[in-house]
Order: sequence, then C-alpha cells, then structure tokens
Amino acid sequence: MATGKRLSGRQRLGWTVLTLLVLGYALFPVASILATSFKTQAALGQRAFLPTNWTWDNYAMLFTGDARDLFLPALRNSIGITLIATFIAVVLATLCAYAIARLDFPGKKVILGSALAVSIFPVISVVTPLFNVWRGIGLYDTWPGLIIPYLSLTLPISIWTLSAFFRQIPWELEQAALVDGATQWQAFRRAIVPLAAPGVFTTAILAFFIAWNDFVYGISLTSTEAARPVPAALAFFTGASQFQEPTGAISAAAIVVTIPVVVLVLLFQRRIVSGLTQGAVKG
Amino acid sequence: MTTAAENPAPARRRRRAGRSARGRAEVRLGWLLAGPAFLIMLSVTAYPIAQAIFDSLFSFRLTAPGDREFVGVGNYLTIFTDPVFWQSLGVTVLVTVVTVAVELVLGFGLALVMHRALKALRGMLRTAILVPYGIITVVSAFAWYYMFDINSGFINVWFDWVPGIGADLDWFAQFPTAITVIMASEIWKTTPFIALLLLAGLAQVPDELLEAARVDGATWRQQMARVTIPNMKAAIMVAVLFRALDAFRIFDNVFIMTNGSAGTEVLSMLAYKTSISRLEIGMGSAISVVLFACVLLICWIAIRFFKVDLASGTDAKPTGGKK
Repeated sequence: MATGKRLSGRQRLGWTVLTLLVLGYALFPVASILATSFKTQAALGQRAFLPTNWTWDNYAMLFTGDARDLFLPALRNSIGITLIATFIAVVLATLCAYAIARLDFPGKKVILGSALAVSIFPVISVVTPLFNVWRGIGLYDTWPGLIIPYLSLTLPISIWTLSAFFRQIPWELEQAALVDGATQWQAFRRAIVPLAAPGVFTTAILAFFIAWNDFVYGISLTSTEAARPVPAALAFFTGASQFQEPTGAISAAAIVVTIPVVVLVLLFQRRIVSGLTQGAVKG
Repeated sequence: MTTAAENPAPARRRRRAGRSARGRAEVRLGWLLAGPAFLIMLSVTAYPIAQAIFDSLFSFRLTAPGDREFVGVGNYLTIFTDPVFWQSLGVTVLVTVVTVAVELVLGFGLALVMHRALKALRGMLRTAILVPYGIITVVSAFAWYYMFDINSGFINVWFDWVPGIGADLDWFAQFPTAITVIMASEIWKTTPFIALLLLAGLAQVPDELLEAARVDGATWRQQMARVTIPNMKAAIMVAVLFRALDAFRIFDNVFIMTNGSAGTEVLSMLAYKTSISRLEIGMGSAISVVLFACVLLICWIAIRFFKVDLASGTDAKPTGGKK
C-alpha cells in the first residue's frame, strides 16, 4: 500500500485519474440536476448542460413562492422523523446483533430469519393494512406513525450488517484483556468498542439513508404537512398544476433535499475515516 | 470453525452441564437484548403480512366493498395465466441480474480504490461515493430522466455522433433504451451501498495475512483470490443478498421515468397499479404475495449457493482453522 511512501510519477498520475473517475461517477448526475435547477424556462429547451443565464427563480419558488407551504414543513418532517428513526434503530440493532454474535440462546435463527422476511416483504403490500390500523389508533399523519414503519425498514438491515460486523470481531481480545487484569467493563470498553464502533457508524449511515429515501410509506401514511416527508412532497410538487413545466422547480427541490444528505455525509464521514480502516485488529 | 473454537470456555461448560443456571441467564440476556428489535419488527409487519395473505384469497375491490367474495387461489390462477405478469416478472429478473452483476464489479472496484487510496484522498472519495447512495431514489430518477429527456436533456446533443443516438431519440419510448436508463439510475444510486459494505469487509482482512502472502511472492491476483476475497466472504454475501432483494422490488425509478410504459412494468409496479390505482385489494395482495415468494426464493438460493449459515457464525472466519 502506498501509505507512508513517496509516490512515483506514474502512481501519482494513476491516482489522479482514478480519483477523477470516482468523483465524476459520483457527482456528475448531481452536477447535471444542479445546473438544471438554475435554468430559466427558456434555457431548458436549449438542451445544454449549463444554463446560459443563471437564475434563482426556481429556488425562490420553493422558499418564498407558491411551493413554500408544501416544501418547508416537509423538510422539517423528513429531518426529524429520519433522525429519530435512525437513532432508535441503531441502538436496538446494536443490542440485538451483540446478542446474536456473542450469546448462545434459542431463537437466534428465528430473529435473523424474521429480520430478513421483514426486510424483503414488499412495502406496497404492507402499507394498505397499516393505513387502516393507523387511522384506527390515531397514528395516521403523525411523526410516530412514520417512525414506527421506518424502524421496520431500518432494523433488519442494521441487525444483519451489525451481526456480520460483530462476528468478524476477534472477541478473544476481550478475554485477553480480562486475563491482563481488566474488569469486564474495561475489557469491553477498551478492546471491543473500538472494533465495533466503525460497524455501528456505517450502519447508522445506511439506516439514515433508507429512512430518508422512503417514498411509499411517506405518501401513504400522511395527508398533510403535519408529517409528510420530502419525497412524498416532491411527488405532490410534480403534480402541482401551477407550474407550467416543473423541470426547473423539481430540480431545485431535488438539490435542496440533497443538501442535508451532503451535510450528514460529511459529519459521519469524519468518524468513519478515523475508525473504519484503522481498527485495532492491526494493533 | 465452530463456535467452540471462537469462545471455548462457555461452550465446553454448556456441553458438560446441559443448560446450567449460567446458560439460562445467557438465554434471558439474549432475549432481553434482542427482544425489543424483534418485537418492533414483528408488530409492524406480522399483522399486515397476514392481512395481505388473507386478502389475497378474496375478490375484493375498494370501489365495491359489498361484493367481497372468497375465491381461494383464484387470484393466483388469474395471475399465473396472465402474460402481463410473466412480462413484468421477466423485466424484474432482468433488472435484478444486470444491476447486481454490474454493481458487484463496480462496487468492488470502488471499495478497492477507497481502501488503498492515500489518507488525503480517502475522505474525499468516500464522501463523494456516499452522495449517490444518500440521494433519494426519486431525485436520482429525475436527474437521469432530465439528462436523457428528449425536450431538455443534453445526452442526445452530446452523443449524436454515436450511431442510433440523435436529436429525436426518445429514450423512454421503447423498451431497450428505457430500461437502460432505468438501470443506469439504479446502478448509479446503489453501487455505493455494495462498495461501502465491501470496504468494511476489506478493512477486516488481516494485514498480516496479506503481508505473509506478499512475502511468499503471491501476485496481486493471487492475494485477491486466496486472501482478500475469502476473508471478506461474509461482507460480500450480505451486500449481494440485500442488493438482489432490493433490486427485485425496484419501483421508484420506473415510476418516475416511464410509469411502466414501453414494456418496463416491473412486479412492484404491477402490484401498486392493481391495488392502489385500481383498488383491487384482493388481486393486488395476491401479486404482492407472489412477489414476496419470488424474493424468498432468491434468498433461499443465495444462502444455499453461498452455503453460509448466517445465524451460526461459521462464515465469519473461513481461514480461522489455519491459525
């Protein structure tokens, strides 16, 4: 591995090309819709990548214009509901995966099997019966009414991913620490937590994106700005007739809902980089 | 490698004394830790799943709730004799196979690049790669749709020198081009999922093993095939299985780009249109149950094929016996 060594000219060129390729792959479609969001109505027909005249009109429509009452509450709902659902899912999944990886008890396979069954069942067929129950018990169009189904989306993959992570952890380190005179808690804290944390953070990212991305629950279990999340609002937005051609406005809304993603990616990224690749396994 | 080798003391004790007091305490603790997650998952899905299976046995439309009638497997017979179902199943399988295959190769490449990049580049690369994954599928679908759109997209202008592409090519009017753009959006958005899981797997590969292989004169290819990939089998398994199951339920991209036209209707789309648009709850539930059965089949094949028992932990350290 190149770390710590000086790169030759060829390696430097190779890495530059690789980096540009990866960045291009990851960011080009985003750049494309970003450029579209700044186009005027007339510029859309020119079929160019960049707008000829840059305009904030599409964004103005979202924040001060017609779409304001639809868009801003949806953004608040999405952020709140998604963060709460992610936090609960990661805490519960960590406990569950620890038990599955470390303890011997009947029902492990039942839990993993159920998690899989839950995660693969088509949301569309779950949502119709849920719709009726939620209306019956008052959870329809509320934050908990979305947080609970989001847990069913995020828990299974969190449990599976964390179980895989936890099984790859060399738990002997804990025994070794105990032999060296550490208490049970110290052994867990010093030997295991540093190894487990990268997996937990990666899982948190995955869980967040799954909840943030949801569309079917969001559109089916809400009816007003009390709980409607962004993807569902975006769908309403596209159908709104006051925009003669919604391309620019949709693009602007798409960019706005991508900003929290980028911000959170940056926040989680630091923690992952510090932990994921330099686990204590190597030590 | 057995559980006993990973955690020798308790296993030996259990074998000697059966389920001792300590063993019972372990069972209690196990369910105490795993129970809450288990209960929540079941409570939100067990009832709706049962309801869907129950509903699938009835001829039941919300537009005519009084005409609810028990038809047994009648809905399923209708589905299996309908070419529309087989067409959408074919499209779904095509999308699943192509996207997962492309994503596994692409994702492994991305994971390797991120894993081996200099520290200064790593953060940037990972941040970039997380952007497509974090983006809402609906947003990704719009981004790709507008790129290829016949009225405002620039792809037709940029690539008009390619035979078959010209200013008047409507990508979403015929199946091959429409499904290509749909799969491109799907692949772009979800490859980072595979790449991240594989990267996590790569990080768990012990450096000493790679070092030893290198000292022994193994080529890069040999290191990959003999050390890296066997050591990250669990990560590959989880990544491929979850992506395949997810790809099989593709919905948002198709919904936004074609809404099922040009022969691109997938199974989820068919279920959605049947139950939500046409309010045929019975038939829609039956399609959903069939979809679920297909997905179970994929799961069964994957676990059989990889011979991985995810609950026992034997997959975690395939090279452990050599230590």
